[in-house]
Amino acid sequence: MMVSNLEIVPGRRVVKHLGLVQGSTVRAKNVGKDLLASLKNIVGGELKSYTELLHEARKEATERMMEQAQAIGANAILNVRFSTSSITQGAAELLAYGTAVVLE
Amino acid sequence: MLDLLNIILFCCLATVGYVAGRFAEQRHYRFIRSRERELADVLVFASRFPVLPHADKQVLVAGSVVISEDYFKRMVSGLQSLFGGRLKSYESLVDRARREAVLRMKEEARAQGARMIFNVKFQTFSIPGKNRNSGGAVEVLAYGTGLVRPA
Repeated sequence: MMVSNLEIVPGRRVVKHLGLVQGSTVRAKNVGKDLLASLKNIVGGELKSYTELLHEARKEATERMMEQAQAIGANAILNVRFSTSSITQGAAELLAYGTAVVLE
Repeated sequence: MLDLLNIILFCCLATVGYVAGRFAEQRHYRFIRSRERELADVLVFASRFPVLPHADKQVLVAGSVVISEDYFKRMVSGLQSLFGGRLKSYESLVDRARREAVLRMKEEARAQGARMIFNVKFQTFSIPGKNRNSGGAVEVLAYGTGLVRPA
C-alpha cells in the first residue's frame, strides 16, 4: 500500500479511482500525563508525552485508513491529508483521509 | 496571611517560569539551528508536483511536536491581550514548534532514504488546558511526501 500526499505518482498511471477513504481515532490524555504536563506548564518546553500520544494516534488513524483502502481493493492512497479537532476538554480526534486508487 | 502566601507563590512561579523558560527556549533554538545546518541537504518543497520524473518510491513523512508555554509567558500574554497587538512571547513558541516539526519530518525522510520532500503541509492544533490557570500547549504537525531515488 502506497500512501502519499501528492496527487500523482511519477512514472505510474492511475487506472482506477475508488473514492475517498478515511480513518480516525479519538484519544484522551490520562490523568498521570495530564499531571506531569501541568507541572511542565510552569517551565515550558516540549510535552513529550503529548507528542507521543498524538503521534501514536495519528499512526492508528493512518492504519485504519489503509485498512479501508485495502478492503476496497486499492493499492495506493493519494492526496492524503491530516486533520485534528478537539472534541471535548482533554480529548482529540485525529483524522486521516485520502483518495484510494489503483495504480498500474 | 493567605493573600501574602498567594502573592509569594505567584512571584515564585513567575520567576521560575521566566528563568527556566528562557533558558529552555535558548537551548532549544541552539539545538534547532545546529540541526537545521546538519539537515540542509534534505530539500523541502511546498510545490504539489515533484520535479523528479522517475523516483520509484514515495513515502509519507511527518514530524510533530507539542510545545507548552511557561508560566511567565502565560502571565505576560494575559496582560498584553488587554491591549492587543503582537504577542511576541507566543510567536517564538509557535516558531520553535514549527521548525522542530520540520526538522523531525526531515529526520524521518533521511531515515527512509528520501532527499526531497514535496507538498509539505502544516497543521497547528492548540491543546487547551483544564482551566484558566493551567496553560495550554500547541501541537504542530508537518507532513509531506518524500521521494526515494532509485538506487
